[in-house]
Amino acid sequence: MSCCGAAPDINDVNEVSRLVSAKLAAFLKTLRDSGFAVGLAEGQDAASLMTAGFVARPGLLRSAFKHLFSARKSDWEKFDGIFDAFWLGKRVRSRSTTTGSAKSANNPSLKSLPNTRPEPRAGGDTAMDQIPSGDGADDLDRSGEGRMEGASRADQLAEIDFRKMADPEQIEEAHAAAARLAQTMRTRLTRRDLARRRGYRLDLRRTIHGNISHGGVPITLVRRQRKEKPLRLVMLLDASGSMSMYTGVFLRFIHGVLDEFREAEAFLFHTRLAHVSDAMKEKDAARALDRLSIMAQGAGGGTKIGESLQTFNRWHAARVIHSRTVVMIVSDGYETGDAALLGREMAALGRRCRRIVWLNPMMAWEGYAPEAAGIKAALPHVDLYAPANTLKSLTALEPYLAKL
Amino acid sequence: MKTREEIAQALAAAGYIADGELATAISLMQLLRRPLLLEGEAGVGKTEVAKALAGVHATELIRLQCYEGLDQSAALYEWNYQRQLLSIQAHRGDNPDAVEDQIFSEKYLLERPLLAAIRRDKPPVLLIDEIDRADDEFEAFLLELLSDFQVSIPELGTIKAVTIPHVVLTSNGTRELSDALRRRCLYHYVDYPDADREARIIMVRIDGAGASLSLQIARMVESVRKEELRKVPGVAETLDWAAALVGLDVRDLHDAPETVHETLMCLLKTHEDRSRMSREVTERLLGKVA
Repeated sequence: MSCCGAAPDINDVNEVSRLVSAKLAAFLKTLRDSGFAVGLAEGQDAASLMTAGFVARPGLLRSAFKHLFSARKSDWEKFDGIFDAFWLGKRVRSRSTTTGSAKSANNPSLKSLPNTRPEPRAGGDTAMDQIPSGDGADDLDRSGEGRMEGASRADQLAEIDFRKMADPEQIEEAHAAAARLAQTMRTRLTRRDLARRRGYRLDLRRTIHGNISHGGVPITLVRRQRKEKPLRLVMLLDASGSMSMYTGVFLRFIHGVLDEFREAEAFLFHTRLAHVSDAMKEKDAARALDRLSIMAQGAGGGTKIGESLQTFNRWHAARVIHSRTVVMIVSDGYETGDAALLGREMAALGRRCRRIVWLNPMMAWEGYAPEAAGIKAALPHVDLYAPANTLKSLTALEPYLAKL
Repeated sequence: MKTREEIAQALAAAGYIADGELATAISLMQLLRRPLLLEGEAGVGKTEVAKALAGVHATELIRLQCYEGLDQSAALYEWNYQRQLLSIQAHRGDNPDAVEDQIFSEKYLLERPLLAAIRRDKPPVLLIDEIDRADDEFEAFLLELLSDFQVSIPELGTIKAVTIPHVVLTSNGTRELSDALRRRCLYHYVDYPDADREARIIMVRIDGAGASLSLQIARMVESVRKEELRKVPGVAETLDWAAALVGLDVRDLHDAPETVHETLMCLLKTHEDRSRMSREVTERLLGKVA
């Protein structure tokens, strides 16, 4: 027996458990920072595992925690590294993420995504701030009231093209057309479901309930209605330099679609892929675009459609695509990466979803032919290849999409 | 409660060769009373885990296969309508209320897997297979059932669980599951077994497959999986192939390259994959198998 307090007494035990729980809490925070969805219940279970003797066997503890804290394959794969780094002090290789990071928010040059195009002012002399855009092709001006109102000086464009779309009224019209498109798709799908619903199976429970007084003879039939399952739209928008003329209006279009269509997801890509649905679901269109412009701006370099699709197929497709999904790709198909990879990824995507619609704004340009290797590799896997550079062409998609 | 080692042994006895982590998962299921969510490619043996688990606990396996449109009546309970109708006919003229009380009683209730699972005296293994195929609504309903272990039947009232079943959910990742469901479960990712483990699986399952043949088969399958295929062969395919080879009296893969090539259809299930695996490719892969 010790008399000087060196031996472990009850206070020491408390001290130890206090340290352990502090360490555990720090570990939970590390996990949460790494994207794990760890709730209170998991924390409690982890604590109970630690007191149940798992602490003495780190390998076992790691395995136990791995099962407890992981919720998906990506968690499962990175867990061991995080555990070892935290508890055993081992180094882990850092990974880059594919979504927009907070860091880019601080970069003022990223605000240059052209999205709406007020009438270009003569000579551009009224510009207040001039921020160089990512691709160096456009100058932007920010007028007094418009926050993200950018104007392109490169106005050598055809009349009815989106590139020319200037005043807020026209833009509003584009937005409305997008919303209408989404609405049409939804209504027609509902109607189709209604027709199919006819003759759907009887709800025997309710039928019997309702016919007891007739001696069980089923005079009043109660039918069970099938819940309609909406079509899902997944949009992949090319936000690279070569598409910059169109990105703005398509962002608005996508915003309209997401607004109307509950089942929709949106992604932007240039040299990498960004999942933007949450940012796009912002009610306020201007704010949504603001958030997006931060995520959308690429390195200003090329378009890696193949790689972006690979990322999509690998990390997002399983979650966002079901059997009634239409994937809509808006891109000019100028691939600076591997065209063969693009072809393979398109094939993989095609097997997963119901239809692939490829909208190419350049298609309506005079003399344009899909000669680029990227678009050539992609086209065999596309169900509908259409121009989308004007409101008219966008509206012309309605009947096709409604048939999906 | 069984230790990890005991669980691994019991799983092996039940015909499942598990890695150490799976044994941990199963011991945690008991300790923390959480369902186990198994995710992984089709054919890696997720469903087998549940079957083996039933073996470990020496209990019944109740399976609910999920599909799009699966609703509560198919999963939980249903009324025996034919008997109800007959009964109504028999009591024609009686007070309708009394008839109603009678026909919506326990006697006319048909248990479906979920109700059956919570009403067993000995906790069964409840396998909810391919939960990702069911609709979101069903997933939400399941979550409620799995946390409260009770169901309410409008005509009968609340039915509480007699025992809490061991719940195993499997998912192929065709749809993203809700975070709520994921959080509720222990998670285990089932990967294709490595060659050694697959060889042991073959030995346990296929009579007449010796150690060296089993290892050859497992290594061959391992290299086939590395080829770019539309449908990567699962463990079940490996077992089919092994059974075919044993049936054709192959003792060593190198002695019968022709048979190996011809029987590869046990592994390759699409025309595209089959045509990709030419005789030359088979020989190249066979060359790698020591």
